[in-house]
Amino acid sequence: MGVEGIGASVVRKEDRRFITGRGRYVDDIKLAGMTYAHFVRSPHAHAKVRNIDSSEAMKMPGVIGVHTGKELVEDKIGNLICGWAVSSKDGTPMKMGAWPAMAPETVRFVGQAVAVVIAETKNQARDAAEAVVVDYEELPAAADIRAAIKPGAPQLHPEAPGNVVYDWALGDEAAVKDAFSKAANVVSLELTNNRLVPNAMEPRAAIADYDEAEEHFTLYTTSQNPHVARLVLSAFYNIAQEHKLRVVAPDVGGGFGSKIFIYPEEMVALWASKKVRRPVKWTGDRSEAFLTDAHGRDHISKAEMAFDKDNKILALRVKTHANFGAYMSLFSSSVPTYLYATLLSGQYNIPAIYAEVMGVYTNTTPVDAYRGAGRPEASFLLERLMETAARQLKVDPAELRRKNFITSFPHQTPVIMAYDIGDFGASLDAALKAIDYAGFPARKENARKEGKLRGIGFSCYIEACGIAPSKAVGSLGAGVGLWESAEVRVNPVGTIEILTGSHSHGQGHETTFAQLVAERLGIPISQVSIVHGDTDKVQFGMGTYGSRSAAVGLTAILKAMEKVESKAKKIAAHQLEASEDDIVIENGEFKVTGTDKAIALPMVALAAYTAHNLPDGMEPGLKEGAFYDPTNFTFPAGAYICELEVDSATGKTSFVNFVAADDFGRLINPMIVEGQVHGGLAQGIGQALLEGAVYDVNGQPVTASFMDYTMPRADDLPSFKLSHTTTLCPGNPLGVKGCGEAGAIGASAAVINAITDAIGNNKLEMPATSDRVWHAIHGSA
Amino acid sequence: MYATTYHRPSSVDEAAALFTKGSEAKYLAGGHTLIPVMKQRLASPSDVIDLGKIKDLIGLEVSADTVTIKTATTHHDVAASGPVQRAIPALAHLASMIGDPAVRYRGTIGGSIANNDPAADYPAAVLALGATIRTNKRSIAADDFFKGLFSTALADGEIITQVAFPIPAKAGYSKFPHPASRFALTGVFVVKTKSGDVRVAATGASQNGVMRIAAIEAALKANWSPGALDSVTIPDKGLMSDIHGSSDYRANLIKVMAQRAVAAAG
Amino acid sequence: MSTVKLTVNGKAVSADVEDRTLLVNLLRDHLNLTGTHVGCDTSQCGACVVHIDGRAVKSCTVLVGQADGSNVTTIEGISKGDELHPMQAAFRDNHGLQCGYCTPGMIMSAIDIVNRYGGKLDEDTVRHELEGNICRCTGYHNIVKSVLDAAGRMRVSQAAE
Repeated sequence: MGVEGIGASVVRKEDRRFITGRGRYVDDIKLAGMTYAHFVRSPHAHAKVRNIDSSEAMKMPGVIGVHTGKELVEDKIGNLICGWAVSSKDGTPMKMGAWPAMAPETVRFVGQAVAVVIAETKNQARDAAEAVVVDYEELPAAADIRAAIKPGAPQLHPEAPGNVVYDWALGDEAAVKDAFSKAANVVSLELTNNRLVPNAMEPRAAIADYDEAEEHFTLYTTSQNPHVARLVLSAFYNIAQEHKLRVVAPDVGGGFGSKIFIYPEEMVALWASKKVRRPVKWTGDRSEAFLTDAHGRDHISKAEMAFDKDNKILALRVKTHANFGAYMSLFSSSVPTYLYATLLSGQYNIPAIYAEVMGVYTNTTPVDAYRGAGRPEASFLLERLMETAARQLKVDPAELRRKNFITSFPHQTPVIMAYDIGDFGASLDAALKAIDYAGFPARKENARKEGKLRGIGFSCYIEACGIAPSKAVGSLGAGVGLWESAEVRVNPVGTIEILTGSHSHGQGHETTFAQLVAERLGIPISQVSIVHGDTDKVQFGMGTYGSRSAAVGLTAILKAMEKVESKAKKIAAHQLEASEDDIVIENGEFKVTGTDKAIALPMVALAAYTAHNLPDGMEPGLKEGAFYDPTNFTFPAGAYICELEVDSATGKTSFVNFVAADDFGRLINPMIVEGQVHGGLAQGIGQALLEGAVYDVNGQPVTASFMDYTMPRADDLPSFKLSHTTTLCPGNPLGVKGCGEAGAIGASAAVINAITDAIGNNKLEMPATSDRVWHAIHGSA
Repeated sequence: MYATTYHRPSSVDEAAALFTKGSEAKYLAGGHTLIPVMKQRLASPSDVIDLGKIKDLIGLEVSADTVTIKTATTHHDVAASGPVQRAIPALAHLASMIGDPAVRYRGTIGGSIANNDPAADYPAAVLALGATIRTNKRSIAADDFFKGLFSTALADGEIITQVAFPIPAKAGYSKFPHPASRFALTGVFVVKTKSGDVRVAATGASQNGVMRIAAIEAALKANWSPGALDSVTIPDKGLMSDIHGSSDYRANLIKVMAQRAVAAAG
Repeated sequence: MSTVKLTVNGKAVSADVEDRTLLVNLLRDHLNLTGTHVGCDTSQCGACVVHIDGRAVKSCTVLVGQADGSNVTTIEGISKGDELHPMQAAFRDNHGLQCGYCTPGMIMSAIDIVNRYGGKLDEDTVRHELEGNICRCTGYHNIVKSVLDAAGRMRVSQAAE
């Protein structure tokens, strides 16, 4: 059965339902008596809500109720929380304004909900929502970071003077200053990390079902972490007690971080379900997704790097402004701090780093974790800076990197992280070989003869995944522990159910997690079911994000498996009248080593459940659980190289080649790993070339549909050339590191480095649209 | 979308009669312009009158001098038509670049030009080729048809029945697609007529919708070659400017797309 | 309200629905064929693609009245019993899907592409032809691979028939 074990590219068990149209997403679910919610949303970026008149709406056909933010206050429904406390460098806690699920007094971004209509049909709810008359008093808006921090800027929250949430710093300022004073060369760069809209293809949706007899709620929701949703909804929002709330995240159509958070819509759906005593369904459309899904990135930064005369890095200084939007979303505070500045050492030996981050409120959609969350911003900044340095110092960009690579492990960076293992030279070598770097000058010359500008760009990223030791994140302000739980149930007939707190919304856990079982027990994956996404079935879990499901979630399964195996071996030994130490598990059998005596797993399982003949004192049954708390982050790393051509007449870029050499540690299913990399690369390339959420000066979104926000299409992207180098992660027994975010973290710098190389102008912001590239070539602004 | 009443007439006269009965009726052919707008609740027709099933309005004919495309003929059917590909290859090429394959199966020429979206492809061909728009009431020359953004010479309730394109000596279309919408960020259609006249139209560029480009026409009339445009400068006055293309960039695209269209035309 | 009659996946169906009902809503809400998805509201993402009279169209941009009398095939109607359509099998075998949300539309569009191009498909053509289908998970790499693989399989299965 090795063909289905660890390292095998097994086709996915879950695919059959998706390719036959039998997936079950939230909007596919219909409950008896279901009603439909439609939200009344602010058309203004900043306004006082003077009055809401729902009298006409209440008369519309099919309308059951219209509810407003004032009622939420009356019912003592809690405001949305931010679950990670970050303090400013002067020690003051972050300054948070209140975020009610529906605004009773003030709206602070276009799309913020002020009321909800519940009706018999979706169309009726939407028709009536238009009849709700909201009297707004418009206020001036601060639509971006620069506008928000200007003296005299419109103020969003009284709690946050100057619109500043925190002014945070990490590192040794004095040591950095000292290093810069001794530098032979200083390289500096200003850059923007453009705001992105996650745009999972399934829009968010929620169905809330209040059972009056049991005083119990069920919430079907598009969540990456249903248990966290239940915890937050019960502990902070006062909607239901935890044991009276079941949260189900069935098939979820992509998340990329945006479905981690607990949003106003599911809160209101639950609350409204109790009000109307019927199930309430809300299905967002794409326009609502653009307005209300947490956006990602949105930094402006200045960075300086000091080099000695041998081109060794002495120090790095970074000052970043991060846009939080109008409210602090669930994990937003951690993204530009502990998930960003802690990665600023990259793959390099940097003796001193000092990073300052100012978090800023603006009248825009809240910003939170989006695939990579902080690490793409760090990687982009550092890798743009390295390329800029190579050009300024007139050295080969690959060799400048190599010269500064960290080569001995463990390595303590000056910004918290302790890298456990890696071989950055190996991945760079693999990438250089894959792209035939030696042949590049000749290719560039040939392209020049054909009138094309050809460029090559590097990105050597590192990320911190598998977040993370609970004690460590707790000491940094996290409101939760980031362990994972698992339960292994061996049924009396020997089939196996794995209950996991991880959540699969495209990652293929139903296959990869089963592969671990196949590897351990030598049974086919068809005998294993993975159960996830339902708080009634799985005891607890922290969900899936931060590339943590293999490193943390799968390790928890392994720990539970070990307990099951240990008990099963005892039973087998008892049945076979052998010593437990002599029992080995092979091909689904428990064998006495060196003999032909064996008992098959189903017989062991049956023995466990009949309990007719168990060792003395043993409990019946064969089911074990485990909680696993990681000992460190994991550190996937790799080298990406992009080769492309630019049409100088139009500024259009065309990929020639994109190679990725990643070190993810052990691969459970290489096919699925590569799929994750492809998707990440597409999002990183999308950020570099195509995507960018834009607001006008009044805070009106300019890019609020696929007509204006450029989603990467098949013809925008190349086929990718992937390879892997391997250093096994010492921090977990499987040696895995995580692969879900790498592409999104590493790709954008490689693309921009390649374009700026091609056009000979280093000043180019993302997204590098044809317009921007053309202007960068031809010099006009 | 708001409530509406759907009608499926079987003749042009029946459609026109239905139109007068509706308080705010709209015609629909493929629906790929109107339905998205209705879904966004930006249009609220009382009645939707489907021209897409009227047999007289579907199909195309190619004679020695003219390609005639009936109003409810889909982009796909124009793009895939062997006779059109032979008579005016640039027109078939243009049709093959509208939207995406699923849109081309439904979208129609009549719907496109009646809407006169400033970034739609067809208006460039209609204007550059000097087509004649025939309606249930009259014939309108292309030069008189387009009246600025989303505006045409069509009277209320008037139905385009067909568009007649004179077959030129040479024609080419080059489009720089809008990266998100895939409409034309700028598209240029160049034509050398059989009488030696040159007509050039650009779409996606002007704040007033499709327009002819006199400077390029003059240069190409003197010398039909991409190089003839090297010294032409297109002013950016009156051109659209947005996050995907500033006005000076669009001015540049007009020239570059024109050069590529000429190269394609041969 | 109007009564519409059409054939869906080979079965005659009839429904009384508001005229503003879109084909995708008829399929999902009235016929419980929830494999056809809605991923945008601007007729761009292609998650809703079905075949009407053999052509791949966006069911979110078709009023039910327009589909009256036509023959509609959805993702639920392309396999023969337990035997997957070659395009479905190719998506599975090439890991052409992750979250699965865009997949039904992708498959329906891809079948149409192969039907139109037959054996003349190459990577560039597939990428261009997939312009109307957006995927956020796969980076399209394995979708393109799946379509090219399926093109070969469909030639073989057509030859066998």
